[in-house]
Order: sequence, then structure tokens, then C-alpha cells
Amino acid sequence: MKDKYEELISNFKENEGNIVTLLQETQEAFGYIPEEAVFYYSEVLDIPASSFYGVATFYAQFYLKPRGKNIITACCGTACHVKGSDRLINNLKRELGLAEGETTTKDLNFTLEQVACVGACSIAPVIIINKKVHGKASSDRIAKEIKTLKSSNTKQSN
Amino acid sequence: MKQVTIHVCMGTGGISAGGTEVLETFKETISQKGLTAEFAKNCLMHKVGCRGLCAKDVLVDVSIDGQTTTYQFIKPEMVERIVEEHIIGGAPVVEWAVSEDYHRFHSKQVKVLLKDCGSIDPEDIDSYIAVGGYEATKKVLTTMSPEDVIKVIEDSGLRGRGGAGFPTGYKWKQCRKDPNEPRYIICNADEGDPGAFMDRAIIEGNPHSVLEGMIIGAYAIGSHKGYVYIRAEYPLAVERLRKAIAQAEEAGYLGSNILGTGFDFHLKINLGAGAFVCGESTALMQSIEGKRGMPRPTPPRSVNKGLFAKPTVLNNVETFSNVPYIIRRGAEWFASYGTEKSKGTKVFALTGKIKNAGLVEVPMGISLREIIYDIGGGVEGDKRLKAVQTGGPSGGCIPEELIDIGVDFESLAKVGSIVGSGGMIVLDEDNCMVNVAKYFLEFTKNESCGKCVPCRIGTKRLYEILERIVKGQGKESDLDLLETLSHTVIKASLCGLGQSAPNPVLSTIKYFREEYEAHIRDKRCPAKVCKDLLTFTIISDRCTGCGACLRACPSKAITGEKKKPHVIEQSLCIKCGSCFDVCKFKAVYKE
Repeated sequence: MKDKYEELISNFKENEGNIVTLLQETQEAFGYIPEEAVFYYSEVLDIPASSFYGVATFYAQFYLKPRGKNIITACCGTACHVKGSDRLINNLKRELGLAEGETTTKDLNFTLEQVACVGACSIAPVIIINKKVHGKASSDRIAKEIKTLKSSNTKQSN
Repeated sequence: MKQVTIHVCMGTGGISAGGTEVLETFKETISQKGLTAEFAKNCLMHKVGCRGLCAKDVLVDVSIDGQTTTYQFIKPEMVERIVEEHIIGGAPVVEWAVSEDYHRFHSKQVKVLLKDCGSIDPEDIDSYIAVGGYEATKKVLTTMSPEDVIKVIEDSGLRGRGGAGFPTGYKWKQCRKDPNEPRYIICNADEGDPGAFMDRAIIEGNPHSVLEGMIIGAYAIGSHKGYVYIRAEYPLAVERLRKAIAQAEEAGYLGSNILGTGFDFHLKINLGAGAFVCGESTALMQSIEGKRGMPRPTPPRSVNKGLFAKPTVLNNVETFSNVPYIIRRGAEWFASYGTEKSKGTKVFALTGKIKNAGLVEVPMGISLREIIYDIGGGVEGDKRLKAVQTGGPSGGCIPEELIDIGVDFESLAKVGSIVGSGGMIVLDEDNCMVNVAKYFLEFTKNESCGKCVPCRIGTKRLYEILERIVKGQGKESDLDLLETLSHTVIKASLCGLGQSAPNPVLSTIKYFREEYEAHIRDKRCPAKVCKDLLTFTIISDRCTGCGACLRACPSKAITGEKKKPHVIEQSLCIKCGSCFDVCKFKAVYKE
């Protein structure tokens, strides 16, 4: 871990001291922003940890907790909304067994994130599963995709 | 020997519909068919960017000696027949070719920016140069002074395409006048408005036009360093932009001593981190500096004190993309399109309940009716048009009776909406206007940066009032309260986000007051959307007892024996609508 932190810190120094970029690179490396990383940066760079925390909580993209192995992104843009994304998302939550306010399943297999707009409005509603865009999504089709991912996960753990 | 060109539409829409696989299958099929090497060499296959009509993806153009046939909804398994019958046999597969409405969709448009977007390979700089790319850069750097460039842009009447419509030439002039250095130039590609995706399409389809616009802008204001601030939600656009920058550097259009003229310009990409408010210029600059993206009061304007407190010009993707075309064809050419105060063409994202959803480029001033019916093909399922929402969360809803107005900065403002970044969402009789207003307020409430009280608390209170109205708990006085509070938020908020956030509320109250009243007085949602005001029942005459609803019901509220009418236990029903969706016999009734 420490080696990676050091590497990212040297990028930071080349990068006009950009905290947003440092945190983006941290998340890229670890999947989320570990608390330990923030305190390490704070100590080494002589910048208060609150500055990092302030940035990390301001932007929707940053995660302070580990995320699931499979990332499902549901678009909540206007075109998706008027085409019924609400119901799609509710069904998806049920399929994954997520309670209100939860975004990651307990087995850390899935994370469901909702974003404002992915800009694929002409094929609304849109669900992105592990970076693959599913346009004109229906609950049935998405449920099938999830089942496949669930079964591939059980196979792997056997 | 025949000259064959195959274009496969590979924007985000095309790729999602299977564009990558279609292109691969074309390549494989053509190499497997035992065709002569010479024939295969004459088959050029390209990926192209978005041409607008993503609803019909995957779109494929097959040109043989200049004769083009466009195919729609192409899947990999259809490729073999096209290769055999059309490419080898010479007879197009007529039943897969695009229909009449594809041509109608394109015929009323005036394509300037989108023309090259759907026909060149976005990952190949030579493809852009072949259609006149970087000629404007050469012309500017070798024959024009910065003042000449600014004069051309001013004369063209180009106004910012990001939303506010600020005159671009004037902005450049103000920045150039400031004696402080260095000066910066920024491209705002943080297309945050939900429902807008023209900037993504331009970057995915023709990234070099944006770079060229920035190089010319940099020369005009005397800047040597530029930034593209782009959303991380657009991975394909980011990737193509990176490639484009690397290619432009290699070809000598970017970097030090551009084209041997001694002019230096370096460009850097900054990824956004998911904050709508960063579309606001002062907030965006804070974000590039690595801080929380919070707006500051102006003046000083960013042309004097912008990024790192230095003079900065910030323009939107579409604005920059227009610049090389204006330089090449002249200010008069650009100004010949549009209205007196809104010049040129504008790209709109036409989505929602519309037959031909996609990107359209039209001259400013064209009527909404022409866009919706002539280009868009009318409302999906031929339902009744209710309203058009323009300008995203900062815009408003324009009712059906006003759709003959022209689409330009002034006319839309007059009816309580804005051009904004160009999102245009068509709403039909099944959309509840109170719900739409609530949707936007939920968005702005979440995206308010929290710095100023009117926006932070005002949008939250507006949202709460709307929420109780859609739940059937609205009070008679709520409409007045919504209006008063809206005006306060507009007047007192620090930046554009708060100043425009109440627009969706005000415009829906203005044009759809009776719909609000139905929710408040009759506890009824006329469009049957607000679930707290709905009851689902099964019409026993129609129910065949197939059990589809019973299996779909997540709360086990439906009971019934096989082949006998089922019933919904109202106390268990969570009103999710799953039964309504799955019933093939229209036996589930909602009211």
C-alpha cells in the first residue's frame, strides 16, 4: 500500500498539486478511498486531512467504503425518468436485496449506483453493468444479466 | 474494381446496440469470403461517430462507387447477407434499408457540426484533415492577427452554446484586453444537464473540431495553456479525446512551435468527479484547481480573474466546435443561419416520448413543431403531446399550445424556459407535470453545492412541498407558497444553479395549474403517475388467471387460483405497477 501511496504522491507533485486528481487516482487503484490513504497523504504533504475529506464528500464520484465486485450504474436522467427508470431501479434493488439507502450488497458482490445522466438519452432507459451500456433496458433483461453474474460468482467461489 | 466503403455507427448508442461486433463481423466475413486481395483492399471499413438517430442503431452505410445505402437495426448475424447480396452481388438488401422517416429526420436539418460527426473516423486525424480539418488553424496562425480572429467571431454573432448564450467574440476580446498573464482557455465538457448529450456526441464523433476551436481561441486571446474539463461519466469521449490530443501533438497542431509559427499551446484533460454545479464557470475553475467546486460571486469576471486568478476564457464544447467552420467559411456564412439575435445552427438532444429520438442540428429560430413532428416524426405511439421540456433543470416546460414558437435564446426565455445546453424532452399525456417538476427539484436539491442559503434550503423546501403534493397531502395554499419561494430563490441565489432551479416549478404551475389542483383538491393524478394517488385493481372479466401478475408481485398482494380471476389485496399493495406491466390482457386497471 505505502509504495502505491508514494507513487501517487509523486504524481500529485507533478500535477499542480491537484487533490481531485490525487483522489481519483487513489480510487482507481483501490476501488475506493481508504481512510489510511487520506491520513498518509495529509502527513506527508502537510495538508490537513479535512481538505481531502472535503473534496471526497463534495463530488458524487468518490467512495469512502469498498464497493462491490460488479458495478451497476442506473441512469436517472430526465429521458430515463420519463421512460420509467424509477420502477426499473426499484426492481433492481429488490433483485439485489438492497434495503433503502444501501448501495452495496453484503457479500460485496454488487454495487448499485445512481447517476444523473450518462448521456445516452436516445436509448433510454439505460443501465450500465460493468461498463457495458444496456439501452432500452427492461426489468426482465436486467434481472437475467444479474442472475448470470450471480451464478458466475458462485461458480468461482466453489 | 469496385470501391467499397462501410461505415458503422459507433457512438455510445451504436456500441451499446452491438456496433463493435457488427464491424468485426464485416471484417471477418469479407476476409473469409475468398475475395481477391485486391477486392478486400478496396473495402474500407470505418467506425464513425454519432449521426443522431441512435434509436435505429446499429446504423451501417454501405457505399459502392459512391452509391450509398444505409441500413438500420443491423445485428452481426445480418452481415453475411449484406456482404453476399450487396457488396458482392451489387443488389442492396432493401428490406433492411432505412425507412422514409430516416430521410425525413435528416432532410430538415442543417448539419454543420454533425455533418462530419457521422462520416469521419473520430480516431484518425487524417480522416478529419481530409474533410478540411486544421485548415482553419493554418489560416489563423499564418495569415490572421489575434484581433482579426476575434473580429470574425464577433461578426459571426456566435453565442455560447452552454446555456447562457453569452457572445463568444466579446468574451474573447475582454480576456485579451486584460494585461495579466498567463491567460488560460478552458473547454467545458462537463455536460451535466440530464437529457443533453450533444457535447458527448461531438467529442465522440469529431474531437478534432473541438481541439481546433480551442487552438484558434488560444491564439486569439494569447493563451498557451488550455484545459478540457470533461465528465468521467463519458469514458468513450475521454478516450477519443486523449487519442485526438496525442495525434494532434504528433502532427504538430498542438504543443510547442505549432506549424513552425512559434505559437505554443498545450492542452490538458481534467476529469470531472460528478458535480452538476461544476458546469458553472467559477465552480469549474475551482474544480480544475483541485478544490471543492463551489461558485463565487462575480465580478470579478473570469475573463479577468479566472483559473488560478488569471484571465480565463471558458467556452462550451459546441461553441469551440463551431469556430473552425466559421473561420473556414466566414462570418457571413454563419450569420446567414438563425434569427436576428441568435445566429447559426444549434444541436438539440431530442428525447423522451418521441419516435425518432436522437441528436438534431437545426438553424436557430426553427419552430418546436417542425422539430417534433417533421424531424422527430411525432409522439411515440401517436399519443397526445403534452409539453416539451427544454434546458434541463434550469429550463421549463412548454405546453403543446405554444409549440409554434421559434427556438432561439429570446423566444424561449419569453415563455419561461431557456435554450440551455439543448436538451429537449418530449412529454406525452402519460407524464405528470407535478412529478416532472419534482424530479428536477430533487436533482437541483441534491446538486446544490450548499454555499448559499437560498439555494441550499430553498430548493429543499420547494422539493418537500412538491413531495407532499404528489402524496396527496398538498394544501390549498401550497401553490402560492411555491411561487413566492421560487421568486425568492431566483433573486437571492449566488449562481446560475439556484437562480434557475425554480424554473421547472414556475413553468409547470403557469401552464398546468389544473394538474396541481387535481393533486391538491381531488387527491388525483390525472396522468396516473403519482403512485400514492393510485389504486390498482384487477378487472375480473378480463383476467384469464394466467398467474403472471401473481408471480411478478413483490409484496405477495395478489392471490387467485389458476385460470380463475385474481384479486389484489389493497392493504398489501405497494403500488409498484409490476402487475400492470406484465398483464398481457389489460386486466389490471389503475386509477
